[in-house]
Amino acid sequence: MADSGKPTLAMYWASSCGGCEISVLNIHDKILVVDEVFDIVFFPCIADFKTKDVKGYPDGYIDVCLFNGAIRNSENEEMAHLLRQKSKVLVAYGSCSYEGCIPALSNLTTKQATLDTVFLENPSIDNPDKILPQTSYKVPEGELDIPVFYHTVKSLDQVVDVDYYLPGCPPEPPQIWAVLEVIVSALLEGAPLPPKGSIVGARDVAVCEECPLEKHEKSITRFYRPHEITPDPGLCLLEQGIVCMGIATRAGCGALCPQVGIGCRGCYGPLGDVEDQGAKMLSAIASVIGVGDPSMEEDELEREIQAVVDTLPDPAGTFYRFSMAHSLLRRANVNGGNGKGEAK
Amino acid sequence: MNEQFEPVIVGFLCNWCSYRAADLAGTARIKYAPNMRTIRVMCSGRVDPQFVIKALREGADGVMIAGCHPGECHYVEGNIKTLRRFLLLKKMLKQLGVEDERIQLVWASASEGTILADAVDRMTEQVRELGPLNWQNTVLGGGNGQGQPAPIENSPVAEEV
Amino acid sequence: MNKEKVGVYVCHCGTNIAGVVDVEDVATWAGEQDNVEIARDYKFMCSSLGQDLIEDDIKEKGLTRVVVAACSPHMHEKTFRGACERAGLNPFLFEMANIREHNSWATNDKVAATQKAKALVNAAVERVVFQVPLEKLPIEINPNTLIVGGGISGITAALELADAGNHVYLVEREPSIGGHMAQLDKTFPTLDCSACILTPKMVDAGQHPNITLLSYSEIEEVDGYLGNFTITVRKKARCVIEEDCTGCGICEEKCPIKVVDDVFEAGLGYRKVIYRPFPQAVPKYPVIDKENCTYFLRGKCKACQIFCPTEAIDFEQEDEILKFQVGNIILTTGFDLFDARRIPQYGYGRLANVFTSLEFERMVNAAGPTGGNIFMRDGVTEPQSVAIIHCVGSRDKNYNEYCSKVCCMYSLKFAHLVHERLPGADVYNFYIDMRTPGKGYEEFYHRLLEEGTHFIRGRAAEVTDAARLPGEEGKLIVQAEDTLIGKQRRIPVDMVLLSAGIEARGDSKEISQLFRMGCDFDGFFTERHPKLDPVATMTEGIYIAGACQGPKDIPDSVAQAAAAAARVAGLITQGTVMMEPVRASINEEACSGCRICNTMCPYNAIVFHEDRNVSEVITALCQGCGTCVAACPSGIITGAHFTNDQIVSEIEGILWDVRSEPELVPGD
Repeated sequence: MADSGKPTLAMYWASSCGGCEISVLNIHDKILVVDEVFDIVFFPCIADFKTKDVKGYPDGYIDVCLFNGAIRNSENEEMAHLLRQKSKVLVAYGSCSYEGCIPALSNLTTKQATLDTVFLENPSIDNPDKILPQTSYKVPEGELDIPVFYHTVKSLDQVVDVDYYLPGCPPEPPQIWAVLEVIVSALLEGAPLPPKGSIVGARDVAVCEECPLEKHEKSITRFYRPHEITPDPGLCLLEQGIVCMGIATRAGCGALCPQVGIGCRGCYGPLGDVEDQGAKMLSAIASVIGVGDPSMEEDELEREIQAVVDTLPDPAGTFYRFSMAHSLLRRANVNGGNGKGEAK
Repeated sequence: MNEQFEPVIVGFLCNWCSYRAADLAGTARIKYAPNMRTIRVMCSGRVDPQFVIKALREGADGVMIAGCHPGECHYVEGNIKTLRRFLLLKKMLKQLGVEDERIQLVWASASEGTILADAVDRMTEQVRELGPLNWQNTVLGGGNGQGQPAPIENSPVAEEV
Repeated sequence: MNKEKVGVYVCHCGTNIAGVVDVEDVATWAGEQDNVEIARDYKFMCSSLGQDLIEDDIKEKGLTRVVVAACSPHMHEKTFRGACERAGLNPFLFEMANIREHNSWATNDKVAATQKAKALVNAAVERVVFQVPLEKLPIEINPNTLIVGGGISGITAALELADAGNHVYLVEREPSIGGHMAQLDKTFPTLDCSACILTPKMVDAGQHPNITLLSYSEIEEVDGYLGNFTITVRKKARCVIEEDCTGCGICEEKCPIKVVDDVFEAGLGYRKVIYRPFPQAVPKYPVIDKENCTYFLRGKCKACQIFCPTEAIDFEQEDEILKFQVGNIILTTGFDLFDARRIPQYGYGRLANVFTSLEFERMVNAAGPTGGNIFMRDGVTEPQSVAIIHCVGSRDKNYNEYCSKVCCMYSLKFAHLVHERLPGADVYNFYIDMRTPGKGYEEFYHRLLEEGTHFIRGRAAEVTDAARLPGEEGKLIVQAEDTLIGKQRRIPVDMVLLSAGIEARGDSKEISQLFRMGCDFDGFFTERHPKLDPVATMTEGIYIAGACQGPKDIPDSVAQAAAAAARVAGLITQGTVMMEPVRASINEEACSGCRICNTMCPYNAIVFHEDRNVSEVITALCQGCGTCVAACPSGIITGAHFTNDQIVSEIEGILWDVRSEPELVPGD
């Protein structure tokens, strides 16, 4: 609580794109209500706050902290610990902090490969001395430190205790506002908060519930990438072979993407009883591959189904697009092979 | 002297065909590798890919799914769905660095005890050759906090970057 | 904190398990695990003393779950579930660990076996904690029965049930019941006249107060489940008003158009366009073949209507749709004859004097198109020599691998009939093996040997009219290797009979799908167990009997039909039946209507409700395979007794010795 008596609000971005910050602004005129109700005590995106400010706050000083972005490096992790210490309610805001989101896709490769791509093997890079970032570097004025780049991207709850998760990439304005409203009533009027660890700002049902496209029994004989066909408007995209994660993704966004002919990407994360969104999506989509029947010879059966599987180029990247950090395996095994540690 | 690595393989066997095949192998006193530990499901179609991944995550070195031959499924075509999921799962797991031989799908009818036993023997050797998977430690990192995959002993690529 | 009190019992099974697995160690170890209240090892858990151990512990220690580590659940799951139930514990709170068939019997490595036993026991313990009490579901049985197919099997089943006081709907797609047996002349081995033994039963079935005969009718839809099926039947229009028809037959006489009778006469004879399939048809009403009727084609004629004394012809008659409820269904849809045209080297359809078995049956039938005389295709000349080729389309990797069971016997019967009606004619039977297993069958074979039949052991390679050697002009030559003398032979004959095999009906797959049960590779309906349960199917409430289940002769068909009827009668007497609760259920509130599950169920147990936009599993239809549970992307289908929680904890338990401490992160 601030000295003014108003509840305090913080918003911090770890490894993120900035879209979550913009999403908060996207609640339009309601941002004025936010400004009226809350005292903003740490929001590096919009104002000049420093880490030492946060360190100077008493523990629990921040009533609500909206933490977005994944844990990519040691600074992200330090800030996560710090903000946890200084906040009453820590919300994993947006898909990155909830489940890893796009940054976590780098878990499919190695730290080495990532740095090589960015700093060495890139057409727009001119780095003849092959300089790679070092965590510490001596200059005449002293020693400079930069955070350690982690091998594996983590979600927020893999480093600190999280109170609520607000999924989405980014979360949709009506959902953001709904969550803020709940928090505001709790803080100002003592209304009950949802149980700790809840997913807020999203529904307990899959996107299909909100999607107006017509759905029939599914039987997919080949998959298409979005640019390969023009889907029939009004008809379920998955049935037409376009991978739509809507079946395995929480609703709450209003099914915005399928309505304009783009398959849902899965950014609101998995449903309640699902531990691994990618595996569940895989199960569902593979189950409805419409080729192969029991009267075929075993070889033929395998070939026919494999032919359909071959039309789906990147299952890991597609099914784990947002949930890699929260998946069961979390990252790719780079030691795989013959036990000799040769990276894949 | 190093003890030989004994792979631990989790096997999902369907009640009607492959589980009975394993029963038959035992009844006939066929001796085969004890490395597969069976979990009974009513149909191989019950095997959720999440189970396979969970087993790998929890320390299994390999997973076997065994069901009825296509055309003989007690529930008509549950095994066809298993096959579809299996082929896509293998593709995805390959991207995640899990070698092909660690996940296998075997068809064995209730009278094919030998076939199942042979499949277990074969898979045990293949996985033994690949080495332990040990996902929690080897892949997720033995606690250096940075999520660095733990180095395999004597691995040339075990360097800090 | 312990949630449950699990009792663990590790069985020695004499030395079967204890000889390899250190059972005491496993029991001690199990006793130290979470949730385990007591762990014992004992020599023979399945004995009454062993079961007493369990029952006493449940009562005295208040056990809430029981695990027995012993043989396969296929052996004793029922036994131990019974013990639990007797002690007041729900039988589904019990789990078995298979440490015998899957462990001690399969390895000599004692260390590995003990380690594995611990894993399997631990898996069972972790799993059983998540198991919940389940109750079997009571289903009420409607006392009516539907029998599909009015051949000898269908008629037998119908009469057995009807005589026992139960009401039966007997549905037959042809205009008359009787099936293939009505086409036969004599039946082996007694040489009873087929019509003589069949027609009294047909009349019984047609007149029985408990049998509603729906002939010239087909099943359109089957909804529901055991005890409560709703059947929709299309009664096709005969264009004859049944209440007014006396069966006098004048219409048939006066009809000016004749067409080839492909069905009953097997293409050998003719029938009128308004016809009864055969004189003893039940019911006696004729039917108009609209495709060939002058009135329906060109609006002219109407001779039948003009001459009918009771004005029973109604050209405007429409198909009738009937709906009714039944509790059980027996499928007795019979067989089709293998189409001999598929074997071009036998020349059927090309060489005039090659006949199939059904054609020959009609030929030797006294009421058939040749009045019982054996003539060549010209309808006049008697053959002097006849070849009978066994295994046409059977025992053949190119067509059907199986043996059709009846052909050897009927081939011998044909040989006999030829000897009888054409004394002096030469008869050659080309066979692979002589399969004569029934009562009086082997003796019948001997009789034929004594009648002077020539038996050549060799599958006929070819039937040709290309004469090469003297004596072959104008004949049909059968070429075969006589394996008993090791020589190729060419036998010139006048007539060739092809003993074509039995095949499943051409539309058996569609029928099985309509009734939501399975058929095998060859199209025969799949029985529940090939040895111990040949009349039930995997689908509750649906039974099979006769040739539709697999090739068989008349006595076996009758026996199987009576067995199916008895099974159904038993259920009707019970009135209510308890069903296994291993089924799926959808949490409707959480269902988004994505419809992924809709194509997962081979029993069509999943329905989609358009109005509420949710899918639902019909409990009584569900067979509990769990395929839909795994497919649901929302994870909202629960598979009772095989839930995700149960299986995941089983996985965690089974990996007890290779699991690492999870990363110490908050919230994990």
